[in-house]
Amino acid sequence: MKHILIIIKKEWAEVFQNRMVLFTMIFVPLIFVALPLATLYFTGQSMGGDVAGDLADVPAGFLSECGTDMTASDCMQVYLINMYLLLFMMLPVIIPVTIAAYSVVGEKTTRSLEPLLATPITTFELLAGKSLAAAIPAIMAGWLSFGIFLLGLPMLGVSQVVFRYIIGPTWLLAVMVAGPLMAIAAVNFALFVSSRVNDPRVAEQISVLLIIPIMAALFAQLAGIIVIDLFVMLSYIAAMVLVDIGMIYLGVTIFERETILTRWK
Amino acid sequence: MIETNSLTKIFKIKKGADIPAVVDLTLTVREGEVFGFLGPNGAGKTTTIRMLTSLIGPTSGTARVCGYELGLNDQDIRRSVGLLTESPGMYDRLSAAKNLAIYANLYDVEDVEGQLKKYLQMLGLWSRRDDPVGSFSKGMRQKLAICRALLHEPRLLFLDEPTSGLDPEAAKLVRSFIEDLRSQGRTIFMCTHNLNEADRLCDRIGIFRTNLIEVDTPQNLRLKLFGRKVVFHLRSVDPSWIPLVSSLEGVSDVSLIDNKLVIALENPANQNPHIIRTLVAQGADVQFVGELRRSLEEIYLQTMGENQDEVAKS
Repeated sequence: MKHILIIIKKEWAEVFQNRMVLFTMIFVPLIFVALPLATLYFTGQSMGGDVAGDLADVPAGFLSECGTDMTASDCMQVYLINMYLLLFMMLPVIIPVTIAAYSVVGEKTTRSLEPLLATPITTFELLAGKSLAAAIPAIMAGWLSFGIFLLGLPMLGVSQVVFRYIIGPTWLLAVMVAGPLMAIAAVNFALFVSSRVNDPRVAEQISVLLIIPIMAALFAQLAGIIVIDLFVMLSYIAAMVLVDIGMIYLGVTIFERETILTRWK
Repeated sequence: MIETNSLTKIFKIKKGADIPAVVDLTLTVREGEVFGFLGPNGAGKTTTIRMLTSLIGPTSGTARVCGYELGLNDQDIRRSVGLLTESPGMYDRLSAAKNLAIYANLYDVEDVEGQLKKYLQMLGLWSRRDDPVGSFSKGMRQKLAICRALLHEPRLLFLDEPTSGLDPEAAKLVRSFIEDLRSQGRTIFMCTHNLNEADRLCDRIGIFRTNLIEVDTPQNLRLKLFGRKVVFHLRSVDPSWIPLVSSLEGVSDVSLIDNKLVIALENPANQNPHIIRTLVAQGADVQFVGELRRSLEEIYLQTMGENQDEVAKS
């Protein structure tokens, strides 16, 4: 455990000296908070119009999510805001990928990996330290963003019904459980890629592919193919647990000190 | 301290032939010895160090390092040895002290602050301890890397090109530091291309190119390859003296270079006075007498040349 903490501290000390990384970690969450709040604000302003007409654009499958206590205006807001649920899930994926992708291959380029691997640290300790160092700030940023988002809702005059929906099980599970699980998967995937390539740029580019399934889910919801309700979220969490176990196992077993050191040439 | 038995490393290349980097290396490095591992680029020196520090596994063969079996007690080996890699590999954004503290903690050093202070002061970096390593010169980085290799007080130290790319002043400091380490009784396994450095620092040297070609003390290698030769500086030379000197007991070869007679002898201490008396009796003015000292570079090149010929023949 001590070695894992040393690696986490080392990674943070290095990463947080980098202004670009800090900027990404602060700016991206702010955008992800601002977007849904702005959407709520502007939809709230324009709800005096043809709400029934607007609701006709909402996929039929989603209307059951609205419940009987919601007005048409509330239902429209919930539908729109539900699109941003995926953004809050995407946040813990986007932030750590850059850090994790650079993690191993970056040490290879600066030639600091060899002396590090020459210490009595085990592969598990090294990878656990690196993945936690990337995942923890991202998870914290995701939770913090969601907290700011919740604080902003009453200020925009969002109705109690909509607020209750957002702090309901689907959203809470998405932000508090699914997001961190995705962060762990993303970080381990990025570390896996990072240990297999020789160029940090390649590692980043490949790792960013991870957001494709989330984007697919976003468009599927927009098209009415799926509705992210509690059942979908629980199924997704169960799947992500399996993915995480698989990714961690794969990362540790495939991390070959020898290949990483010698393939450099 | 190090015992290898037929240690072999063959790199598997996906498309193409396998590349043998180290073949049948059987070697013993004794405790307290400074062992120089010499060879051309790509000879397998770094691969050997990586195997002996448990960074990569051998394809075949066995080795014991600090009493631990390679492949079975890798963590113990890593804990017992210090490694100065070819490139310092520091975290540029972090300070010198932070860099070292990371490693001290990974090696479970008890008195981290004390060890940091000890080695940073020893290598003249104490006043720069809080500066980011990115602002350091190459020599300073190398010195910092040496500190890192020593923080946990390893019994055995692997130095891969310790003075490579350093200016003469920094190289001298590193060399004198290695001498200090030797005087402390540490075992040092050193790869270097600087043959004068190896000559000065190493108790024994191994000349290596995938296979171990020669292992001995520099002095023994000199004797083995070139014998002992003494140079007699004369004011002038009469060619008739050459057969006369050649006929003396213990003289195996005499050659004339300018006004110098280069005489191969078995035992110069016994034979020199007799040769001087003979030459003086012939009317020679003997100005200086000294042993012809072959440089390690000459030994190295001779060994490599012979090995090349053997490889070509086979």
